[in-house]
Amino acid sequence: MALLEVEELSVTFRQRGRRTVRAVDGVSFSVDAGEVVGLVGESGCGKSVTSLAIMGLLPRQAGVTVEGRADFDGTDLLRVDRRTMRDIRGRDIAMIFQDPLSSLNPVLPIGRQVTEVLARHRGLSGEAARREAAELLDRVGIPDPTRRLREYPHQLSGGMRQRALIAIAVACRPRLLIADEPTTALDVTIQAQILELLKELVRDSGTALIMITHDLGVVAGMCDTVNVLYAGRVVETARRRPLFTEPRHPYTVGLLNSIPRLDGGRGERLSPIPGSVRDVLPWADGCAFAPRCSRQVPSCVGGPPALVLTHTDRSYRCVNPVPPAAGPATPADSGTAPAPTAGGSAAGETRTTAVPAAREEESA
Amino acid sequence: MSMTERARRKAEKLDRLGELAAARDDERGVSLWQEAFRRLRRNPAAIVGAVILGIFLVVAVLGPFFVPYGPTDTIGIREGLVKSGQGIIPGPSADHWLGFDHQGRDEFSRLVVGARQTLLVGVVSTLIGLAVGAVIGGVAGAAAGLGGRWGRWVDGILMRVIDMMLALPSLLLAVSIAALLGAGLDTVMIAVGLVSVPVFARLLRGSMIAQSNSDYVLAAISLGVRRSKVALSHVLPNSLAPVIVQATLTLATAIIEAAALSFLGLGNPDTAVPEWGVMLADAQPYLGIRPALAIYPAVAIIVTALGFTLLGEAMREALDPKLRK
Repeated sequence: MALLEVEELSVTFRQRGRRTVRAVDGVSFSVDAGEVVGLVGESGCGKSVTSLAIMGLLPRQAGVTVEGRADFDGTDLLRVDRRTMRDIRGRDIAMIFQDPLSSLNPVLPIGRQVTEVLARHRGLSGEAARREAAELLDRVGIPDPTRRLREYPHQLSGGMRQRALIAIAVACRPRLLIADEPTTALDVTIQAQILELLKELVRDSGTALIMITHDLGVVAGMCDTVNVLYAGRVVETARRRPLFTEPRHPYTVGLLNSIPRLDGGRGERLSPIPGSVRDVLPWADGCAFAPRCSRQVPSCVGGPPALVLTHTDRSYRCVNPVPPAAGPATPADSGTAPAPTAGGSAAGETRTTAVPAAREEESA
Repeated sequence: MSMTERARRKAEKLDRLGELAAARDDERGVSLWQEAFRRLRRNPAAIVGAVILGIFLVVAVLGPFFVPYGPTDTIGIREGLVKSGQGIIPGPSADHWLGFDHQGRDEFSRLVVGARQTLLVGVVSTLIGLAVGAVIGGVAGAAAGLGGRWGRWVDGILMRVIDMMLALPSLLLAVSIAALLGAGLDTVMIAVGLVSVPVFARLLRGSMIAQSNSDYVLAAISLGVRRSKVALSHVLPNSLAPVIVQATLTLATAIIEAAALSFLGLGNPDTAVPEWGVMLADAQPYLGIRPALAIYPAVAIIVTALGFTLLGEAMREALDPKLRK
């Protein structure tokens, strides 16, 4: 039984005088306990809105409609009352945001911001809370934690701030962490450190992690399962390894081909996906990616492409998928045959396999 | 010889390094307020403003104990020096530094004692305005920023009330309030205070709404912190800077407006108690004979207001987030 089961999640923004935007359009995915799941896609594909909807953080106003289901351990997060949701937030599910500077309150010392959660969900106060806060900072690798507790966010470096944010997020040992582009605002070397820290925390505490990113390097380094999103819908779901070795959806292939490669020949051109996310077809009229797709066929338009399930842990939404083994060759171990990962394979097992194209490994 | 010299120098150098390290240690845990204060100290305008206000404060608090003559003592008439009916009002002399007013009272003593009234009216009325305005603006801002649909409704009502207050010219509003409550010092303070309510309310509301959209508020809510707590402990402290700046600037206008109300006869009915606005009004009939009698309180009012304005503007600059490094 999955820890979080998102089914047919849709978010619509309606504003007077503006075009109605269906930011998330029937997203389904699931997260098992202790699993690292990636939500990958270009900006504007609905990754962040999905996470905000799950957390109930979208503005409650006329014009914002959230449909579908998000079952977290038996409770539908989209239908739960506000009080229960407040208790779940921070205690069972916590979020790590993209920009660590603006996500910390500039006028409060770090310590106050850590102890606030401890007081809210664990009833700790005074000296006990301070000690626990110092321990948390220590755990996320902030040196001299007792002193740092008295400091203000602007006195910390970017990496330290993100560590502090992570400390706040894991303060109540949540069962699910949602990291929304946690490394985008950081230097590459710091990115690697933060990813390493997240990996460690997830491994040690058994917390499940939803990793929202546009960076396939991050995915390659961290995720067990990957959901590729396009125009508010999951277009391909696969275990990490098969996704990289044998992508089936043309969009996934496009994403993989957009990464500059160190081992590519000099003068070899990058192959970006033409057009932008805005050139979409409404899903009801066919495949949203069709206008940008190189494998477009007449049957792409006319109706939403069905979800194709394969015998492995993979599904994709395409009528003319890339045939297996036609995807980009893997640079590191292109000779080894990509063994299809069995559905029940232990998470730790996949994590230890060598992973191609992990960016943070090149840069570290 | 040179050995000891070198050792001494080395020790000195180490001491200096130690001091530097200690100074760096002190810098740890510097809040934005402390940093703003540091910037403030480097601004010459802030220094000038602070010096003016310092002198004003000392005069207002201690002045009445040290004045050479009683502020209501008609000594000039007793000594036969002042005959205002015949247009004889002597100017500055060694005994009376700024001369006499039309009733033979020592002008310098009255000016000094009047500083206290001015400070009292200015501070109390600004506090009234700040308190009422901050409550209205804070509730409206929290409701609009974090309160959802119901909150926007509350905000709408509060802001329409504020808009009505803003629609009236401030002095007219003050005069009507003063007329309603009857002349008196309390009236002046309440009237001047209420006039500044809309400014504080709008400022705090706007500041809070802007802060409500920031990432750290979303982050706090995502941690399950209650909205009321988010408003009080996250949004409010971040929204105070412009309000504090405005309070300093309002002190300047409050002093001018209080003087204006006193000038119009709506202030303390006991005109014997010196007040700069009253002194201005008293000097009016004698402008042709001794214009200096009007100039002294006018200069006092202007310089004091200038001091508050200089300091307020410098604070605005020091607290401006765009100037933060």
